[in-house]
Amino acid sequence: MTAEAGLAALWLAAALAAFQLLLMVLALCSAVDVQRAMRGVAMVQGALTIMSFAMLLLVFARTDLSVALVFENSHSAKPFMYKVAGAWGNHEGSMLLWVTVLAAAGAIMALLSRRTSGRTLVAALGAQAALALGFYAFLLLASNPFARLNPAALEGRGLNPLLQDPGLAFHPPTLYLGYVGLSVAFSLAVGALLTGEVDARLARAMRPWVLGAWIFLTLGITAGSYWAYYELGWGGYWFWDPVENASLMPWLAATALLHSINVLAARGALKAWTMMLAVIAFSMSMVGTFLVRSGVLTSVHAFAIDPQRGTFLLALLAIYVGAAFALFAWRGATLKEGAQFELVSRESGLVVNNLMLSVILGIVFVGTLYPLFVEAVAGAKMSVGAPYFNAVAGPLALILAMLVGVGPLLAWRRERRPVLRRLTVPALMAATALALTIILAPDMTILSRLGLAVAAFLAGASILPLIARNPLRVPLATWGMVIAHFGIAVSLAGMAANAAFTSEKLAVARVGETLRVGPWLVQLEGVAPVAGPNWTAIQAELRATRGEGPVLLTPEARYFTDPPTETGEAAIRTFWNGQLYTVVGKPDADGGWQLRLWWKPFVTLIWAGGVLIALGGALALVGRLSLFRRRRPSADWRKERYA
Amino acid sequence: MTRALRFTPLLLLLLVVGALTWRLTTPADTAVPSRMTGQPVPTFDLAPLVVGKPGLVSADLASGKPRLLNIFASWCVPCIAEVKVLDGLRRRGVEIDGIAVRDRPQAVAQFLARNGDPYARIGGDSESRLQISLGSSGVPESFVVDGRGIVRYQHIGPIEAADVPVILAQLEQVR
Repeated sequence: MTAEAGLAALWLAAALAAFQLLLMVLALCSAVDVQRAMRGVAMVQGALTIMSFAMLLLVFARTDLSVALVFENSHSAKPFMYKVAGAWGNHEGSMLLWVTVLAAAGAIMALLSRRTSGRTLVAALGAQAALALGFYAFLLLASNPFARLNPAALEGRGLNPLLQDPGLAFHPPTLYLGYVGLSVAFSLAVGALLTGEVDARLARAMRPWVLGAWIFLTLGITAGSYWAYYELGWGGYWFWDPVENASLMPWLAATALLHSINVLAARGALKAWTMMLAVIAFSMSMVGTFLVRSGVLTSVHAFAIDPQRGTFLLALLAIYVGAAFALFAWRGATLKEGAQFELVSRESGLVVNNLMLSVILGIVFVGTLYPLFVEAVAGAKMSVGAPYFNAVAGPLALILAMLVGVGPLLAWRRERRPVLRRLTVPALMAATALALTIILAPDMTILSRLGLAVAAFLAGASILPLIARNPLRVPLATWGMVIAHFGIAVSLAGMAANAAFTSEKLAVARVGETLRVGPWLVQLEGVAPVAGPNWTAIQAELRATRGEGPVLLTPEARYFTDPPTETGEAAIRTFWNGQLYTVVGKPDADGGWQLRLWWKPFVTLIWAGGVLIALGGALALVGRLSLFRRRRPSADWRKERYA
Repeated sequence: MTRALRFTPLLLLLLVVGALTWRLTTPADTAVPSRMTGQPVPTFDLAPLVVGKPGLVSADLASGKPRLLNIFASWCVPCIAEVKVLDGLRRRGVEIDGIAVRDRPQAVAQFLARNGDPYARIGGDSESRLQISLGSSGVPESFVVDGRGIVRYQHIGPIEAADVPVILAQLEQVR
């Protein structure tokens, strides 16, 4: 019954979404006020979808093998946490999670949004329902998660062991919250373009959503990056893999939107540009989902490859993005730009930020899809990888990181003060870092050297907005900005240090042999077979020393039984100044074992910076929301009803 | 904003959707054929491992009849499930030779006693030498070898009940 209840809830939600669409058309074509009906229906639709997802979690928690999806993706011997996580570790479940977040976002917008006019809200909720409707159709017609299996299976087929990892429980749901949170910005932009009310009020309504989605995207990318790093063979913390790029592109667009929306909220300027970014940010989320789910690009993440589903998703993407772009082309001319600003001002600083982020976004987008175009036009197979992205996007990102230190110091509208003088200390920090790297590491690459220098500059410059102010009276949003910008410096330092100072050792070692990597001496003490609940493994015992007491590491090469897959479990030890990363591979013919050892100084800063960036976003969000609470008008739609 | 500028995003979208549609309708060829297919089995001479069962020499594989060469080990959990399927194949007349990788005689004997013994011969490959020269990267793995000792088909992972028709068809094909 559970599965049927979930399916029924999904059908009902789809019907309500269609009804919402009708309500929107009615509201736009006539003077009927449908706001209350619209809010109510959106909330019920959200509740139904959440119920449907809860049913899916339930059948996975119980390992109900009469449901085809559970049979395909679960196993009774699997640890409970991964049984539950298995609900979204597959195509159907992850699409249900996607649409659940989409509908829940619509419901929360219906429940809380009071900043826009009623007409714009109705149009936005209609747009949100239109988005949901397409994905309901996709689920119900092309990938039903609740399909039964008759007769029920005796045992499940397991879960991709690469996904049997705490990373899975956290990474996709976080990314989805980010991806789909941007749908609200998309819907609000579409709604405002329809009603013609693109103004500061809209920007203030949109801002918490963009900020919230951006926080989750930042966390999701950070977690995904760490997951890819310790899960072997996924190429380090960032591989420029198409699917990694798919999560980076919405983040870049959302970051640009986050900054341009402030100009719209504060000064009423950059209207058309901000609306375009809001559309693009969610479009990039859909492109991301399409790339992962269709498998058109060869990627380590393409778990579910099915061209038919890909066609469906591509059609949805073309319809939604096409409709939004067409609306923009049609209504864009009516947008009147607001207040003017001078060349040196906060506004122009944010414009430069937006331009650079957009160019980086363009570079990543073109690089990701370029192989496809080349093959379509010339028939040649090629791949675009890290050399292109690092060489083209890297320098731009460095320039952008430098400007991040300058922008927050500028005043709105016109800057008359000598801003550059305030940057003396950060500039000295950068010069010191540069000099130190030239003296201590003369053969570093230029990109890493500049990376460390820019990181030092930004670390100093990012805290300048706090200098000479009472820290308790600085608004939370400013604290958030400072911490996020400081986080960029921390992350950048980690990336540069990792690129410049990593030592790697690849060797075949016999038991008893000692290898040197960086400051470490690593001895292979023995190799033994071990067994887990659903795998067997070869475990190497390594004893690492550098001056102080020895450290024991036990990397494993695991063999999962159901389905049969081999994975490497790296053994990683974190120290204050870096990580020792060890992997055991296959034996060779003469009784030696393949060992891979890395010493990665300060690599953890990469993710620490990511967490700081998200933390900064969270502080800004809390600041924005409590600021709003004080200013909220007393005429509340819920109170009105009972008045 | 000029009209051209306003319509640019729409045109770019058309271009991208066009390229993606093309990719979806003409899927890339991603099949990776085995390196060993069509190659003769490397020369080897594996000593017997289990009492009462002959060892395996490369000449045994060129017996004039197609055979299944199975790489297994007593410490390999999927092999327990696979060996039962192999026993089914044996009862249908398939001749199966085994290579026990990194194993001890006692353990193999116990494994066969507990799970069934489909093997005509078993050679011990205590250091994975033959396994590596066969291009096998894991246990279990199986090869269909024709009557002249040439590898015709490589199966990676355990042979499950669902794979039996494929294996039988491959054996029939090289007969």
